[in-house]
Amino acid sequence: MTRLQAPVARLIGGTASLGGRPVLRGVDLSVHPGEVVALLGANGSGKSTLVRTLVGLVPLTGGTIELFDTPFARFRDWSRIGYVPQRTTAAAGVPASVREVVTSGLLDGRRVLGPGRRGRAAVDEALAAVGMLDRASDGIAHLSGGQQQRVLIARALARRPDLLIMDEPMAGVDLRSQEVLAGTLRTQQEQGRAVLLVLHELGPLEPLIDRAVVLREGCVCHDGPPPRAVGQHALPGHDHVHPHDDHTAHRAGMGLLS
Amino acid sequence: MTILDFPFMQRALLAALLVGMAAPAVGVYLVQRRQAFMGDGIGHVALTGVGLGFLLSTSPVWTAVLTASVGAVLIELIRERNRVSGDVALSVLFYGGIAGGVMLINLAPEGSNANLQSYLFGSLTSVSPEDIRIITVLAVAVLAVTLGLRRALFTVCQDEDFARVTGLPVRALNLLLAVTAAVTVTVAMRVVGLLLVSALMVVPVAVAQQLSRTFSMTAALSIVVGVLVSVSGTALTYYVDAPPGATIVLLAIALFVLVGVLATPLNRRRARRAEAAAAEAGPTRVDDVHVDAEVPGAGTMAT
Repeated sequence: MTRLQAPVARLIGGTASLGGRPVLRGVDLSVHPGEVVALLGANGSGKSTLVRTLVGLVPLTGGTIELFDTPFARFRDWSRIGYVPQRTTAAAGVPASVREVVTSGLLDGRRVLGPGRRGRAAVDEALAAVGMLDRASDGIAHLSGGQQQRVLIARALARRPDLLIMDEPMAGVDLRSQEVLAGTLRTQQEQGRAVLLVLHELGPLEPLIDRAVVLREGCVCHDGPPPRAVGQHALPGHDHVHPHDDHTAHRAGMGLLS
Repeated sequence: MTILDFPFMQRALLAALLVGMAAPAVGVYLVQRRQAFMGDGIGHVALTGVGLGFLLSTSPVWTAVLTASVGAVLIELIRERNRVSGDVALSVLFYGGIAGGVMLINLAPEGSNANLQSYLFGSLTSVSPEDIRIITVLAVAVLAVTLGLRRALFTVCQDEDFARVTGLPVRALNLLLAVTAAVTVTVAMRVVGLLLVSALMVVPVAVAQQLSRTFSMTAALSIVVGVLVSVSGTALTYYVDAPPGATIVLLAIALFVLVGVLATPLNRRRARRAEAAAAEAGPTRVDDVHVDAEVPGAGTMAT
């Protein structure tokens, strides 16, 4: 592990609240180059808010963020970050093709008008990486949930990011999309790029995770090697299909911690 | 004599052409981010601007542009702050716009209900050469923004959270889109009237998206539909004594229904083909459509 290099993202003593309710209560987190970090925790533990804070979608009420060794307020190099939001639906009110959505990932503060000709290669590469090149001209609304998730990953990959941040990329996706996700993690790792991903449970991705950070009620309660899965979650071929009601979520969280 | 021999008809048709292009060009972004009502709201607020113009005895178009722009910026700021509870604040703004407009026109010395009517429902044949100059300049500006910045506006309207993380100036783009919509409303008010402006921004997009799978195709088709209905509707009023705004909007809606009836079997076949392709590509699809109970209220990005 390349601990000596400066972290690509670092949060020190981060606090944040949503609608007046404190969600993060002093969180320290750092991600180093070439590292795959999983953020785990039960529903409402603040893991989604934590990544949204890191990318500036939720304001910090205390603490500091550094991205690529730059204080957040002075950070402008957003092309180094690829963000995959939690998927509700990838489709908006007007039809859009897979290629159009992925191409939108190429824009940044310096390229407002569009990526130009060279961008096409980056889009093709990203689409091929998630196995969606043959669906490039299809409408995004006609895709399955797993395929939409892959398109959103391709949109982030088109930026060739040094830090890929994914919010619950495993939620409700099919087997093929899980494989694509595992491949993405492997490629990023091999290229010395970092990944921070929010997961409900480690599942089949476990061998690819360098470090796991577990949140409970807005605090970090574990930061180190991935915790061993126990119970039914450890069984080979276990598919996470049960509804995520509070009871089972709690159980999953406990399983991760023991 | 043909329809084009009359200068007032020439001006009316030119205005219809410009508005037919500009309104869907903005509308496609509003529909994309599910804000089809926005044009309606701006139209309400613009009425106060028209009233102000009467009261000050200046061109109502310019006061309407100013008031509508201020209103659009306010709408955008309310939307940005309260994604959930903003709708009450917005309704207050919209009703205030209508009430303020009616009150101001009533106070103005030359104001009358006839004047009010021509702005609420459009009055194409009274478009003056001066009006045409203003409409041309504003319509060209609207097209320049919506076509020139189409990639950035697409990105912001497709997924605002993602756009923020790309480093795009999301807020500036949102405000620019709001002001552009306000200008479009004011340009279109002489043609279809403030109460029907939104229809010309939304219905052509609704027609186009039934026929297209890509955003660029939808945008292009909706401009074609917008021009088609506004020019033919205007021409029709030369032969038949009918109000142009209502004629244009009813034509657009008729087209919407017609295309809907014709396109449904087509889309069904397309969906079946896509499904077949997906089944071929990945026979291991297991729980693809599994709804994740963790995401409350689909459509909101809040967590």
